[in-house]
Amino acid sequence: MSACIGSSAAGARTFTATSSQGLLLMAEMTFIAPALRLPIVMAVANRAISAPINIWNDHSDVMTIRDCGWIQIFVENGQEATDMSIIAFRIAEDKNVMLPVILNLDGFTLSHFIEPIIFPEQEKVRRYLPAYETTHKLDIAKPISMGLLGAPEVYTEARKATDDALVASKSRIVKAFDEFADIFGRKYNLVETYRAEDAETIIVLMGSIAETAMTAVDEMRDAGQKVGLARLRLWRPFPIEELRAAVKGAKRLAIVDRHISLGFPEGPVATEIRALLFHDQDRPRISNFILGLGGRDVPRDHFKYIVERAEELGDAGRQGHYEMVGVLE
Amino acid sequence: MAKIKVTTDAAVKVGDIPLGFTAQPGSTRNFKTGDWRSARPALDREKCIYCGFCYIYCPDGVYKDMGPEEKYYQPDLDFCKGCGVCAAECPKKCIQMVVEEV
Repeated sequence: MSACIGSSAAGARTFTATSSQGLLLMAEMTFIAPALRLPIVMAVANRAISAPINIWNDHSDVMTIRDCGWIQIFVENGQEATDMSIIAFRIAEDKNVMLPVILNLDGFTLSHFIEPIIFPEQEKVRRYLPAYETTHKLDIAKPISMGLLGAPEVYTEARKATDDALVASKSRIVKAFDEFADIFGRKYNLVETYRAEDAETIIVLMGSIAETAMTAVDEMRDAGQKVGLARLRLWRPFPIEELRAAVKGAKRLAIVDRHISLGFPEGPVATEIRALLFHDQDRPRISNFILGLGGRDVPRDHFKYIVERAEELGDAGRQGHYEMVGVLE
Repeated sequence: MAKIKVTTDAAVKVGDIPLGFTAQPGSTRNFKTGDWRSARPALDREKCIYCGFCYIYCPDGVYKDMGPEEKYYQPDLDFCKGCGVCAAECPKKCIQMVVEEV
């Protein structure tokens, strides 16, 4: 990551990829790239972290650097991983954004699988993604200093400036998604919903397990259950309004985390959504399910189970603590 | 609006932070770090042999060579942080660290 920061600071379009322990090894530097406003793109093949040693899929690697200040996107399948690797540069290098982007793709499930995709045509990619021009770089002819000391008189303002930039990037992300649709015909939203319009229970999750969840939703719908799905594609900046719109009218949310915040009774996705909806008049009942850790298979029955458990709580029940699905105790 | 006015030692507005928190070269010179110091070096010129150890060992490079006529090195107290390395390394022990009085 230090080399990537140097490369980007010198004005080059910069990409890297990592996973699990490798991400943690560079965690220190990930917090620096956004503050320096360097539009690096990093693919993270999301994998578990030690111990015990495990190389399989969950979200615990990237959740450890949740607050690092990068734009963070979670993809669902190979097509989206491919498309987002192009879109990510378009977002990062937008003169109104100039922030690094983490492209989260589930380890093994997406990083090591072969599936048919529509490969974006070179000519269209050139049209969509122009050559990179930086706004600030290390230049012998016009020298600047980067990576400066921020004393107490200025650190607070510098951190606020980075947060403001990250929050403001949301509208430019939407624009980048829309323009991608215009050229390539594939439309992406910040939050995707599936059969959620009149759903009483909505499963909320991130990443590739959405495909299995959609099949489970179809089967539950066939059985007459009012169940839908909402998938966060954008994780940072958090799509507050879009998430609220996606779950509007639902009585219950069954929120899936693929990471444990050790010592806290909820995973980060559930905690954040609960906090966001807490002051809403008609907020849904929220229950949190942790599953799919370290490559544990997530079949359809997991989603049917969590819907049943969320409905069992009733209108007054409180879950109080995450439930770990499929754990042998 | 809250009635209490919050005290702050903020020096720059959020909107005035330059993109990427960059600065022009040499701007550190404007940032006088000498006020971090709790003790300052005081030289006994009678004992000083003009060896240059203080000049070489100073981690902040604050010592200035006053030349072969004057035959001593003088610290720039705008930047000396009072670490005492010069006093510890001086072979003639002619630098004393004097506590700064506030």
